[in-house]
Amino acid sequence: MQQEAVLHPASIIAELKKNKVTHVVWLPDSETNFMYQQLTEDPEVDLVPVCREGETMAIAAGLWVGGKRPVCLIQNTGIFESGDSIRGLGLDVNNPLVMLVGYRGWDRHGVARDSAARFIEHILHAWGITYYLVETDDDANRISMAMEEADRTSKPVAVLVGTEFGA
Amino acid sequence: MAIENLDAVRLLDEHRHDAIILTTMSANNVHHGLPSVSKNEHLDFPMGGAMGKASSLGLGLALAQPDRKVMVVDGDGSLLMNLGSLVTVGNKAPENLYHFVFENGVYAITGGQPVPGSGDTNFAGMAREAGYASVYEIDNTEDLATSLDGILEQKGPTLICLKIVPVIENTPVQFRDRPSRTTQIAMKDLQGALAD
Ligand SMILES: Cc1ncc(C[n+]2csc(CCOP(=O)(O)OP(=O)(O)O)c2C)c(N)n1
Ligand SMILES: [Mg+2]
Repeated sequence: MQQEAVLHPASIIAELKKNKVTHVVWLPDSETNFMYQQLTEDPEVDLVPVCREGETMAIAAGLWVGGKRPVCLIQNTGIFESGDSIRGLGLDVNNPLVMLVGYRGWDRHGVARDSAARFIEHILHAWGITYYLVETDDDANRISMAMEEADRTSKPVAVLVGTEFGA
Repeated sequence: MAIENLDAVRLLDEHRHDAIILTTMSANNVHHGLPSVSKNEHLDFPMGGAMGKASSLGLGLALAQPDRKVMVVDGDGSLLMNLGSLVTVGNKAPENLYHFVFENGVYAITGGQPVPGSGDTNFAGMAREAGYASVYEIDNTEDLATSLDGILEQKGPTLICLKIVPVIENTPVQFRDRPSRTTQIAMKDLQGALAD
């Protein structure tokens, strides 16, 4: 039997550390469920929980101006919620922000029924935000690619997390 | 009673020492806001561009720079757009964050329409219940002048609600004076100042 490919939170967290990420600004989703505990237990990365996703890009912009290296971790629904922040405090100010985005409704085997999945890539295209799909541990190094691109282009870059994490 | 917009920003600048001041809306106006009086432009953070997000931006800055005071000067309509940020701030509780709200009761910049709950909303009360360490309400210039040093000596997060006389703008946007620095340039300047 073929072994099922999974994405472990530890793989993502290892990537964040490799890139010296200092803060994860976040609002939970089921795609990133198991990261919460590991992040709260980790002394190297500070978790900043928000009430609403539009706060995340603004908080991250403040952290960046103050010399830190934040990422946001939200669901694709949260990207829809955050339009004006992504525009005003991401794109307009050249914020090299990596946004880890839970890809709710993503399914490479069938037709996506969830409109959250159907719209997200179009929205990112409209903004000219590039993105990397991460589904298994093998893809995790694409987070480093996103970080490198964000720095090089001084622009927000998205990482779409296409699977729910294994425990 | 209420405080004139220009007097309020002038007093904040006079009592800031080396605090960063992040301004939005009327507090950020080129004629009657901080940019018109500031003697510390390198530590000013004039935020255009994303209504409601000053409190969140200030939280990020305060967390990044724990040894420096960060004064956020918000609008009442703006804070209403991002009320959850009171809880987000209360939860992280940065001791160096001082959140001023210019409560002028209106959306002054868009022509003076009343904000929802104008005059009836208790911003200081909401901040207290959201976990801010201290809250204040000040409605006259003299009290502001005499209390600012004491407020800034205490540990935050602190919300200071100032009753402000609205300066209503009716000039069409394309004819209004532009700030000398864009948000983008100001952010670069501040980044440089903080890295020195
Ligand atoms: C998301 C969004 N909605 C609406 C506007 C239009 N707008 C610009 S300024 C403003 C009023 C701001 O009110 P307040 O925060 O009370 O500041 P004041 O003008 O009273 O200083 C509005 C509604 C906007 N810029 N962004
Ligand atoms: Mg107002």
